[in-house]
Amino acid sequence: RKHAGVEILDAKTREKLCFLDKVEPQATIAEIKNLFTKTHPQWYPARQSLRLDPKGRSLKDEDVLQKLPVGTTATLYFRDLGAQISWVTVFLTEYAGPLFIYLLFYFRVPFIYGHKYDFTSSRHSVVHLACICHSFHYVKRLLETLFVHRFSHGTMPLRNIFKNCTYYWGFAAWMAYYINHPLYTPPTYGAQQVKLALAIFVICQLGNFSIHMALRDLRPAGSKTRKIPYPTKNPFTWLFLLVSCPNYTYEVGSWIGFAIMTQCLPVALFSLVGFTQMTIWAKGKHRSYLKEFRDYPPLRMPIVPFLL
Amino acid sequence: MASSEEDGTNGGASEASEEKEATGRRRRLGFLATAWLTFYNIAMTAGWLVLAIAMVRFYMEKGTHRGLYKSIQKTLKFFQTFALLEIVHCLIGIVPTSVLVTGVQVSSRIFMVWLVTHSIKPVQNEESVVLFLVSWTVTEITRYSFYTFSLLDHLPYFIKWARYNFFIILYPVGVAGELLTIYAALPYVKKTGMFSIRLPNKYNVSFDYYYFLLITMASYIPLFPQLYFHMLRQRRKVLHGEVIIEKDD
Repeated sequence: RKHAGVEILDAKTREKLCFLDKVEPQATIAEIKNLFTKTHPQWYPARQSLRLDPKGRSLKDEDVLQKLPVGTTATLYFRDLGAQISWVTVFLTEYAGPLFIYLLFYFRVPFIYGHKYDFTSSRHSVVHLACICHSFHYVKRLLETLFVHRFSHGTMPLRNIFKNCTYYWGFAAWMAYYINHPLYTPPTYGAQQVKLALAIFVICQLGNFSIHMALRDLRPAGSKTRKIPYPTKNPFTWLFLLVSCPNYTYEVGSWIGFAIMTQCLPVALFSLVGFTQMTIWAKGKHRSYLKEFRDYPPLRMPIVPFLL
Repeated sequence: MASSEEDGTNGGASEASEEKEATGRRRRLGFLATAWLTFYNIAMTAGWLVLAIAMVRFYMEKGTHRGLYKSIQKTLKFFQTFALLEIVHCLIGIVPTSVLVTGVQVSSRIFMVWLVTHSIKPVQNEESVVLFLVSWTVTEITRYSFYTFSLLDHLPYFIKWARYNFFIILYPVGVAGELLTIYAALPYVKKTGMFSIRLPNKYNVSFDYYYFLLITMASYIPLFPQLYFHMLRQRRKVLHGEVIIEKDD
């Protein structure tokens, strides 16, 4: 059995960084990354991008050396992806923030509103309901991150956490400021409007959770296989008949419900921005489903049934 | 800041390769797109030339800058607003620049013209207005004639030289003019509470134009150096054929 040699060059400067001899031909890229880390410990595997061509795509961790188009000595190009942070850490941080920040405004902690309002409570019942809904939403997200989601990537660039947290925490503060303000104006159509909004919110939260569970069951623990999601016995999953990413559909629905409940323009704007971002993600996911599966159901749209 | 100098994915390592790239790009552009862009750029060059001449004539006749803005405001608003089309050009792909960059640049111009000088009348006679008007006028005449000649495949070196050198002075001058004008507008905005919404209201939102202007001024601090140094890098690439290894994206 022939052992391979692997040389690793810097993708930008072409400098030779490392030569690994006696590498097993069946070695995976992941194993090569581990070997590379031994000689360059500051570049842990998560921040390595190895490729066959300096300007080409990154090789996957599961790729096997002997299946690649290389000779007995493989030349791989290395690119530093920068400091990485785990997806779980990012999600927990970006969701814990809004949960905590909203409560600061709800309890009217000093220095937000005038001093005479410190630690007072709103006289509008919808404000209390809104706090419960908002908090429930983020507690659900935190629990799903810990127990439900199966992440296909381990890490993302560190700068993403600053960007994401600014977005989530910033909007949470902006919304919470108005909803919990002493001069807050309750919805125009009163209890009727709040009841309708609450129904939309609850249905969409249940729907979103159902989809997350269905997606989790699609992929066994530890595997990275991809399958087409289909409706199950749970009626909330029947939305799969019409859209590729019903989790995003339900998420937008939840925020629309919250916007109607609070009749607060910043909430509506947050829903709009979220919808825009989720549409971009849904279109991407839809496109990759279409590329990967010849028999993908033609009726499905990315995020909005029949429309988008 | 408002001076639109983005060259998009262009910026070859030498004059020859830039023109070759421009030709290559144009060969893929349909006849209709080329014709429209040529017309557009000629019209804009002409428009800003008219503005320049009007400004010079006013100053020669009146000897003062007072009333200058008022005399050219219709033409300024027309041609600056027309530039919104450049966002569409990027969206439909006939210009290779990013929609976001063009959007930011055009928006900042629209903001200055409509939300500051048009809406806050007391600042119209400030000297700072003349400062940015002169900067914008020279920049735009250079920029649009550069595009026109590029599209017609006959780019005189001096236009290219102007485009990649004038900005060194014009950019900071324009930014100074804009910032001083916004600063001059602040007291009036605070006093009148214009463009602002107060609580309570049924949409549970508030907006204070005074603070919005302050934040806008502050945003020049991170944004202006980035745009300025980007233009300096483009200049080194295009005029001096330097090959620059970019930082990680």
